[in-house]
Amino acid sequence: MKVDCVDVPKGRVVEVSGRLDTLTAPGFESSALALLGDGIGAMVIDLSELEYISSAGLRSILAVAKKASTDGTTVSLCAMKGVVEEVFSISGFDSFLPVYSTRDEALEAM
Amino acid sequence: MGSQERRFAADMGSLEDIRAFVLPCLADIPTKRKMHVELALEETVVNICSYAYEVPPGELLVRISDDGDRYFLEFEDRGVPFDPLSSDEPDVSAPMEERGQGGLGILLIRRVMDEVHYSREGGLNRLRLVVKKT
Repeated sequence: MKVDCVDVPKGRVVEVSGRLDTLTAPGFESSALALLGDGIGAMVIDLSELEYISSAGLRSILAVAKKASTDGTTVSLCAMKGVVEEVFSISGFDSFLPVYSTRDEALEAM
Repeated sequence: MGSQERRFAADMGSLEDIRAFVLPCLADIPTKRKMHVELALEETVVNICSYAYEVPPGELLVRISDDGDRYFLEFEDRGVPFDPLSSDEPDVSAPMEERGQGGLGILLIRRVMDEVHYSREGGLNRLRLVVKKT
C-alpha cells in the first residue's frame, strides 16, 4: 500500500495503490487524516491503482470521510475497478460517497 | 488435489502465513474468483482472531480441498461459540452518519462465496466456505 498526494486548486487528490487490507488500512487512515489537515475543501481519493480492498479498508475510508465532513470537506472516489468496485457496491459505500468513473470527472465536480 | 490442512495461531499475525498456505492451492481458477477467496479468507481469519477466543491466541485449523468443480475452505477453532451467520446484516442503504464498524466482513463473505456453512460440534466452531471454480 502506498499513498501519494497531489494538491489541486480546489483541494487534494489522494492516490492509494496496492492493497487496502487489515494490515495496511491503519497506515492509510493516518496518512489520509493527516492530509485532511483542518479542512481542505475537497478530497478526491483516486483508486485507479488499488488492486484489493477488504472491510478493514472500507472502515478506514469511512473514518476519513466522517472526519472530513466535520470540517466541511467533501470526499469523493474515482476510477475504481475490478474487485474494489465490487466491494464498494456490495457494502453500499458507493451510495453515500460520490463515485466518478474517471479522475477528470471527479476533479470537475470538486 | 485431495485435502490439505495446517494449524496456525489464531492471531492476526498469522494472516500472511494463512494466505501463503491457501492461495497457491487455487491453481485453476480465474483471477476474479481468486480475489473473492482472498477476500473471504481475510475476513474469516480476522473474525476468528477477533472473536473466537476469550484469551488469545488459541489455535485455528485451515483445511482446503476440492471436488473438481469447487473448492472447499474450512476453518475450525475451539473458541467460544460464534455463528457469524446469525448476526443481522448491516443496512447497506444507510447514510454515512449511521454507518458503524460492524458486520461488513461477514456481508462480504456471504456475497462473494457461493455457500457459507457454520456448525458447532463438540466444542468446535466450523466455518465452511464453498467457491465454484468458474
